[in-house]
Amino acid sequence: MDSLKFVTASLLLGSLLGGTAFAQSPTYGVGRTPTAEELRRMDISISPTGEELPPGRGTVKEGAQVFVQKACIGCHGAGGVGGLAPNLVSKKSADNVWKQDRVLPLRAPYATIVWDFINRGMPLGLEGTLKPDEVYSLTAYLLFLNKVIPEDQVLDKQSLPKVKMPIGDEFGKPPREFKLNAPRLEGYPY
Amino acid sequence: MDSKQKSRRELLKTGAALAGGITFGAVGKANAQGDLPPTPTSENASPMIHGSKELIEYGQRSKYVTSVRVQHPIGGRPSPDVFGKVFHVASPLQDSVGVITPSSLHYIATTRGSFMPDIDPKQHTLTIHGEVDRPLTLTMDDIKRFPSVTRLHFIECAGNRHTPKQKTVQDTHGMTSCSEWTGVLLSTLLKECGLKSSAKWFVAEGAEEVKGASSIPIAKGMDDCIIAYGQNGEPVRPQHGFPLRIMVPGFEGIYHTKYLRRIKVTKEFYMNYNEFGHLTRTDKVLALGESIGPKSVITYPSGTQRLPGPGFYEISGLAWSGGGAVKTVEVSTDGGKKWNRAEFKNTPQRMAHVRFAYQWKWDGTETVIMSRTTDDIGQRQALREEIAEWWKVPIERDYRVPGLDNSVMPWKIAKDGSVTNGLA
Repeated sequence: MDSLKFVTASLLLGSLLGGTAFAQSPTYGVGRTPTAEELRRMDISISPTGEELPPGRGTVKEGAQVFVQKACIGCHGAGGVGGLAPNLVSKKSADNVWKQDRVLPLRAPYATIVWDFINRGMPLGLEGTLKPDEVYSLTAYLLFLNKVIPEDQVLDKQSLPKVKMPIGDEFGKPPREFKLNAPRLEGYPY
Repeated sequence: MDSKQKSRRELLKTGAALAGGITFGAVGKANAQGDLPPTPTSENASPMIHGSKELIEYGQRSKYVTSVRVQHPIGGRPSPDVFGKVFHVASPLQDSVGVITPSSLHYIATTRGSFMPDIDPKQHTLTIHGEVDRPLTLTMDDIKRFPSVTRLHFIECAGNRHTPKQKTVQDTHGMTSCSEWTGVLLSTLLKECGLKSSAKWFVAEGAEEVKGASSIPIAKGMDDCIIAYGQNGEPVRPQHGFPLRIMVPGFEGIYHTKYLRRIKVTKEFYMNYNEFGHLTRTDKVLALGESIGPKSVITYPSGTQRLPGPGFYEISGLAWSGGGAVKTVEVSTDGGKKWNRAEFKNTPQRMAHVRFAYQWKWDGTETVIMSRTTDDIGQRQALREEIAEWWKVPIERDYRVPGLDNSVMPWKIAKDGSVTNGLA
């Protein structure tokens, strides 16, 4: 009885003093805490605002050189077309992005996704080896080839998220609202 | 009875071998030449499958079972491509029985055609960070120490669409499969890290060369997502995410990140390359592109199969829904005039295939058979005509159902018993 009182009192005290920290202490204590440096190296996600983008800059002209130096040209072809790997330049007019070939993340509303994909996934077999300047310049080169930015535009952490992508405002805005155990679309019976 | 028969047969075989005068020496000679000794057979016995170290260690299906996966869609991007990458590969549903898809026949899809990483599980870790009180890095051994769950779940690719051109149910519906998955609930791990109140989304990222990543609502993560290391009683296979993948029950396949290495809990929605690929023109269509609607298909009899003649058949198929558990399945054998309640061969579970059947006597006349299902949150599978009517668009032969295609699939049965695509 006494010990039960003690436990109750401790719990009360704990919740008064510790608040949420008490409620959220780890249950299993398995695993380790990653270091800040590990997290910095690992975190390649780029938000639409570009907050995780690293410092650096790149131009269209530099991008054209990197495209050759890093052998992008070997798989994707000269000027990003005609290689074994996917075309990087849309052959169709940019008037209607929905009718264009699905090249790059050209249809994406954020230019950061082009940067992100090159950074995480290219070049094949050497992913993650491109330096930020090289990724900025390749992004600039490919966006220029697809008539998204002018030849003299410099891309960096500030300017990249502001690039106006051809999709404009005409698309279903993610995220869709998510509700557990609810039909996919209200009023849609199927 | 069975074991008695078996031992009797073995005795007969031994006797036959002795009578035939086969000696150990002769057997040895035959092996040295690379030929296996003739198997003693009686009129009733089949040739023997000779035991080998390999077969004893790891079993193999009969050489008479030849069911295989195929590239999807037919005429689409090849798998493997010139770089050895795999894009979309469909499961042979026409040969399926029960609800478990063998792991070696489970459909495959990759992030825009990525290659399969050959991951050493001893080197693999999962890190959870972002909007949490305590970031956590877990080895595979760590993950297996947490309380586990084992659940049946389907995965279906958003590209699982039926069109008039396709011939078999593998072409029309082969981009869905169902396995028993074992792992730790993501909610267990998120609670261990302590979710901040700012946590609204998370990005699940893989370790393959393109580091495929998807954004998932945190409410879904806390509900039923599984960090899975087991599939059908063994470690998840490389084609399906070895050593670790996330199961996001009922969501389109692309959300089920394979080779899972990182979960970043975020305040806002991150659009990854995967989400860009699934952009739509309107909010309404977008709403149909996350959770999978109620869907069913008849797998027997189905396209390119043939009924040998009039008489009894058990029509059999699969039903599933991303909304919950399947509630009912109905089968029509007269082109949709009359719908008959089908029976379940297993207990329907949330976001899992259920095997249904309907017993039917075919009278030998030309007809169309099809199935439709409802789920336990009230969604129902509709005919393409009904869907077009809801969207107020004219129905055409090539009508594309908005969102993932969960419309009814008709199979046409001709007088000679041949089965063809009812959309054609």
